[in-house]
Amino acid sequence: MTERRTIEILSTGALNSVQDHGRPGHLDAGIGRGGTMDRPALTIANRMLGNADDAAGIEIALFPFRIRFRARTAFAVTGADCEVKLAGRALPSWWAAVAEAGETLTIDIPRRGARALLALAGGIDVPKVIGARATDLKSRFGGLDGRGLLRGDTLPLGEALPVSRALTQGFGVDPVPLRGFWPANGAPLRLRVLPAAEYEAFGPAERQALVEADWTVTGNANRMGYRLAGPELKPARPLELFSHGIMPGVVQVPPGGQPIIQLAEANTCGGYPKIATIIEADLWRLAQAPVGTRLRFEVVARDTAIAALKAERDGLDRIGRALKLI
Amino acid sequence: MEGAGAVLFDVAGTVFSDALQARIWSLAAAMKTLPGVSEAVPGMNNLMIVFDPLAVAPETVERRLLDAWTAGDTAEIAGRLIEIAVDYGGAGGEDLPDFAARLGLDVEEVVRRHTAPTYSVAAVGAMPGFVYLSGLDPTLTMPRRALPRMSAPVGSVMIGGAQAGIMPVTAPTGWHILGLTDTVLFDPAAEVPVLCRPGDRIRFVARSLTR
Repeated sequence: MTERRTIEILSTGALNSVQDHGRPGHLDAGIGRGGTMDRPALTIANRMLGNADDAAGIEIALFPFRIRFRARTAFAVTGADCEVKLAGRALPSWWAAVAEAGETLTIDIPRRGARALLALAGGIDVPKVIGARATDLKSRFGGLDGRGLLRGDTLPLGEALPVSRALTQGFGVDPVPLRGFWPANGAPLRLRVLPAAEYEAFGPAERQALVEADWTVTGNANRMGYRLAGPELKPARPLELFSHGIMPGVVQVPPGGQPIIQLAEANTCGGYPKIATIIEADLWRLAQAPVGTRLRFEVVARDTAIAALKAERDGLDRIGRALKLI
Repeated sequence: MEGAGAVLFDVAGTVFSDALQARIWSLAAAMKTLPGVSEAVPGMNNLMIVFDPLAVAPETVERRLLDAWTAGDTAEIAGRLIEIAVDYGGAGGEDLPDFAARLGLDVEEVVRRHTAPTYSVAAVGAMPGFVYLSGLDPTLTMPRRALPRMSAPVGSVMIGGAQAGIMPVTAPTGWHILGLTDTVLFDPAAEVPVLCRPGDRIRFVARSLTR
């Protein structure tokens, strides 16, 4: 039996965590899906290594992040556009390569984007809790002891395929066909939304502000949700709502009038009025929006949202098929 | 509509109805059988359905919701009766004296009224294992704290507005903390991680009272 491969965390912030595709199917027990904020990026990183799509990797939101490989291991870094160095040698972003035992990988502050995804061949093999390895930072379970990563942590890796020649040489994926664009410097990030249940309860001026104003991601932004700053939104009359199920992407308007976008670790139920919902295919864009990013919302039809979701899945399939040929 | 892959079905009036809630539970069970539907999430007199919009059209989900609601079945849910032993007052129930004083009651009377009813678990949500209970004595209604606590310990037995609740994890809350229980509502390592399901009934039992 070969010795189990591990990596050691050399530098990190406590909000960097083990994430996979989360635990769907438990909303009626109050357990949110959670998992990575940028699902397409983790999926592609896993496919570059021949991992299962939902193998656990590391979601990195605090930089620099440094690990040491204790054994020869293939890895891939996707998500934010970061400066990545393996044993001092710079690698392009969205790149897969092989690290030798003892080598150090450094992922530095993003040039564009906010979250890097690091996948490792075989996936991170922490125990599954409620069907997934994702860390639920809010309720403190899953991942490594239900917490973010700390310097000195050692993470075990699962069994991996033999390292291919392509991986030994290193290769990249161009995310542009899938991702469409990174916003040009200074331009607001455009997000497509559907009207939510209380959309009509807001007056014409509020509905206009929703799509015409710039909304800024405040410092109060984490895996649970982002608070936005912008013009004050008030429903035409106060709304008393019973608690109801909510989904990541929903834009709630608390009494203060400043919206909150609920995200991966959102509570499963809420009571605030909902003006809009960001379409699923655009959620990764928010995951990649750092504090201070200006957002612009565009109201679209449900058909558009479904077509965008199909385009995202088709794009992932195309990349997946291309990677199989490598 | 809650996104392309989720719809919220809301029958709530101005007051919560236990009869409507029983129909919500059976609607949830009926909707889970529709291919493409991944989750049916009861709220308070409402139901959120989560589905893959590339597997089942939103219009199909909406039509099925209306048909099943009109059919109006009320499934008999064989809920269990769960007793929650509470240590009222003291360090684990620090809001109790002030809560009682604001109602003009003594603490014994608050505890008597809190332990008298059999509560019904209307829904589970917000946090893992958090129960939305119906059945609180309306004389114990109390607006939430103006300043929420940053952290209420797991097991806190609370009242917020017209609702009774129990903290399943340590988390922030604006509710008033009357006591503490060691009953575990959420254990991620357990085979069934969440203690209560919709349709279960709960009784609070006073184990101790610290004035």
